[in-house]
Amino acid sequence: MERVAIIGVGQTKYEQNKSGAFAELVYEVTSKALEDAGITVKEVDNVVSVSSDFWDGRTISSMAISDASGAFGKDITTVEGDGTFGALYGMMRILSGHFGVTVVVAHHKGTESNMSGITNTAFDPLVERKLGLDSVSSAAMQARRYMTRYGILEEQIALVSVKNHGNAKRNPLAMLPMDITVEDVMNSRMIASPLKKLDCSPVTDGACALILASEREAKKYSTNKKRVWMLGVGHCADAFRLGDRDLSDTRALKQAAKKAYQMASVEPGDIDVAEVYDAFTYMELMWLEGLGFCDDGMGAEYLERGNFNFDGEIPVNPSGGRLSAHPVQVAGLAAMAECALQLRGEAGDRQVEGAEIALAHGINGLCGQSHCVWILGK
Amino acid sequence: MGRRVGIVGVGQTHHAAHRLDASGMELIAEAVTRAFDDAQITRDEIDAIVIGNMDHFENINYVDMWALEGLGAFMKPVFKVTTGGTTGTTIAACAFYSVASGLFDRVLAVGWEKNSESDTQAAVATCANPVLERDPFAGAIGPLATEYSMYMKAYGATEEDAALVAVRDRNNALNNPYAHNRMKVTVEDVMNSPMLSYPIKFLDMCPRSDGACAVIFASEEYAKKMCPRPAWVHASVVRHDYTHFGDLEWQWMPSLERASAEAYKKAGITNPLKEFDVAELYLPASTTGVKWMDSLWFCERGEAPKLIRKGVFNMDGELPVNPSGGVIATNPIGATGLIRVGEAAWQIMGRARDRQVPNVKKALVTGFGGCSWSDVIILGADLP
Repeated sequence: MERVAIIGVGQTKYEQNKSGAFAELVYEVTSKALEDAGITVKEVDNVVSVSSDFWDGRTISSMAISDASGAFGKDITTVEGDGTFGALYGMMRILSGHFGVTVVVAHHKGTESNMSGITNTAFDPLVERKLGLDSVSSAAMQARRYMTRYGILEEQIALVSVKNHGNAKRNPLAMLPMDITVEDVMNSRMIASPLKKLDCSPVTDGACALILASEREAKKYSTNKKRVWMLGVGHCADAFRLGDRDLSDTRALKQAAKKAYQMASVEPGDIDVAEVYDAFTYMELMWLEGLGFCDDGMGAEYLERGNFNFDGEIPVNPSGGRLSAHPVQVAGLAAMAECALQLRGEAGDRQVEGAEIALAHGINGLCGQSHCVWILGK
Repeated sequence: MGRRVGIVGVGQTHHAAHRLDASGMELIAEAVTRAFDDAQITRDEIDAIVIGNMDHFENINYVDMWALEGLGAFMKPVFKVTTGGTTGTTIAACAFYSVASGLFDRVLAVGWEKNSESDTQAAVATCANPVLERDPFAGAIGPLATEYSMYMKAYGATEEDAALVAVRDRNNALNNPYAHNRMKVTVEDVMNSPMLSYPIKFLDMCPRSDGACAVIFASEEYAKKMCPRPAWVHASVVRHDYTHFGDLEWQWMPSLERASAEAYKKAGITNPLKEFDVAELYLPASTTGVKWMDSLWFCERGEAPKLIRKGVFNMDGELPVNPSGGVIATNPIGATGLIRVGEAAWQIMGRARDRQVPNVKKALVTGFGGCSWSDVIILGADLP
């Protein structure tokens, strides 16, 4: 099979209350990514937008970014969900042989949205929505179930927050670089037991764009150093209703990861750096287990041993993760951008030395109902 | 170059204004089950699923997650695509590229909408820029009324020309058991129906329907085994040029001109009127059934009324358009474009029953959405 490469990345600074319209964020990152790839919009023949009418508060939200993303006169389409799924569609469009250089761009203005109301609409409108559930309260149930099943303490999941906010200090794009302790996390305001404020990711504005190209075009437009190969990808969805799942189970992630590893012919032990979807502290541990970095229920112990630290065996979320900046829909694409920078050796102060294979992960739906796992390589 | 892809199964619901007997999920399951039956497969033989609709109609966020059981997608790969009115053709294109990429062999494409649970016009209105355009262009009818008014002025087309299209599509729908509106109408009926927004009258305009559609795409290897006469995908092209309504050309449709020209080039079509045997076109109002014929290169700009008056696009004409009754008969919005694809595929597969056009070798499909979003898909009986 032909290979597809990421040949350019562009990101905004992730922060709150950005003043520009979302189309302006899209323009900023598309321009940056094109510049990074050393090409102009003329070389692009199609655009995959990652947009959501809910988060944008506008029907056919992608309609408002076609000029900003360089799609005028070109083929444009829209994936609604995490950016990792948009990248998947971008890669499939190239592999189909029908498209050349592809822009995948995601945007999010969380500070103009209503997180609780919007994620409440992801629940069944007849029964569950009326209970007032949202992404935080449902995550709290998942955290409880996970911690009960494996005997994990609140102090243990808090350590994820300490690690990731600490990592963010080395990332100039991150929103919440912080020097904190487990005690700070434990003393932060209770949001939905057992999740406290510092267990939760923040509301964030931002955008991210990747430029994808087929092997032939990647070699035409970019140098070895700038190219990052999309070696493997897998996605899979579990049941919708929370009650139909054991929320501590990661079977959909395991299946998605298996497929990605197989496609890339690698194993979890081959991964040099990982960006996983830590929308909440406990999630990072669950997903790391599902990805095969340790056995189920062992995530906290590995974390305490320092395995996932910046200087550990597998540095996890060197960018600071979603806990340090969480533009929904953009987040998975930003994880891929971070992995690309790591593999290119351009990650600045947070560079993981000698990173050759990276893993990026995105989720869709409530409590990680659906997962998309990417393996990227030099 | 990627793999060749064929359509091997199609299913749709019986569409209606209010399907009180079924939830959205049940509509989806109805279409999916029928597609499995049409292809004579089970859910085990599906490798991946693509779904779409328009968010603000049913107000269900992450529809791909919510619809999982209706889709038969439990523990399978699924994601959502959405582009407004063109959502249905966007879903089809996504399933096509998914198979062509080589990553999946058999992909299920599903579009749906339960408009009876929505405030359709209010939801559509928010597509326009909130500061500059939301007041004058609120809803779906305003821009269509504007463009046909300008077309009439520029080229001498009439309201009766549009009425002829309404009569054609509505009477065709009498042959389609799945259609929402099935009524015998005359030009007088259309002309006498209530004015919605000049020059578009009630019987010129599409309804909003409850319904779903499912289409199964397979790689060449699988398609040949699964279906005696698959509908092969010859081209899929999208063009979109909206930024502001004021930036659009109104007397013709540049995005449709460009999309169809590119699709014809890919499929080797030089004389579309002659080479296509049937067309299932996304015509949201009868007026577009006049004006957009220019943009599909069936004639010179401004000549479409002559073709309409000659009956070129009638069931017994040179190029039958919308044997199914089209969008003004049935419009579950997120499914509407996919129904065009499914109906065109059935025409090629010889499964269109009472609305079958004899001997269909090449079929043209379009999708339209807000604003000026044009999709063109070409299907053929022969391998591309």
